[in-house]
Amino acid sequence: MCLGSALDIFAAGRAPRATLVDYPLGHSTGKPFDPADQLDIVRAALAGLQSMTRAETITRLPNQWDTQGLWRADAMRADGGDARQPRDETPQFQHADDRAAARASGALRD
Amino acid sequence: MTVAYMQAIAERYKAIGYTPYRWFKAEEGPAWMPLAKPLADSRIGVLSTAGAYALGQMAYHYKDDTSIRRIASLTPAAELRFSHITENYLKDARRDPDCLVPLTALRALAAEGFIGGLADEVFSCMGGVYSQRRVREEIAPALLAALRQQKVDAALLVAM
Repeated sequence: MCLGSALDIFAAGRAPRATLVDYPLGHSTGKPFDPADQLDIVRAALAGLQSMTRAETITRLPNQWDTQGLWRADAMRADGGDARQPRDETPQFQHADDRAAARASGALRD
Repeated sequence: MTVAYMQAIAERYKAIGYTPYRWFKAEEGPAWMPLAKPLADSRIGVLSTAGAYALGQMAYHYKDDTSIRRIASLTPAAELRFSHITENYLKDARRDPDCLVPLTALRALAAEGFIGGLADEVFSCMGGVYSQRRVREEIAPALLAALRQQKVDAALLVAM
């Protein structure tokens, strides 16, 4: 089961089963600090494993990000949206402490 | 109306002078495999493309990193980290990882018996890989082998 927020990408990839949550990218399994929303979305997606009966079914969940939906216009802007980081082979640790933890575990040797 | 991401991203790339973005479009439909047993008896695997890693693991790099991470499904949310080339989408997940890697919800669904169980390890990759060939030949087989090793009956793929 694919779970995410980009209907056109799911359709182009012809996923066998997909569940669409119409939220801004980065929230495929729910709103931050909203465990009820997260549980609802994950439960609905998994239920589709059993209820869907044919390939390329895409179920759209009723969950709403907000009542206005203004985020969609921002997501569509050609001059905005994703700001891609430089492409190089430096590991991009979220926190400086993560680097130390990776070194301590032996995952990082430098 | 949903957001037309493929069009928006193609226009964004064109505007900053990149070579045209070539989206993958499947020419053939997928195979269909019905769930072999009830969901309440099924062991569920998980794959996130959000560049998740656990504290103590290596972060991803942003030049077509095709590595995968094995993350214990009992990992506390506070020990999940993210590195993905489109970091702007990670703002909330870096505060609450359950927005993208829902281990808390999955553990709850296993505890109540909605699913038969959760795999011991879940997997992640950094979905911002520009080479379709490397996704097909490197990431996909590694993830398939990892999921098979976990003996899962079905998998949840969480796209970012």
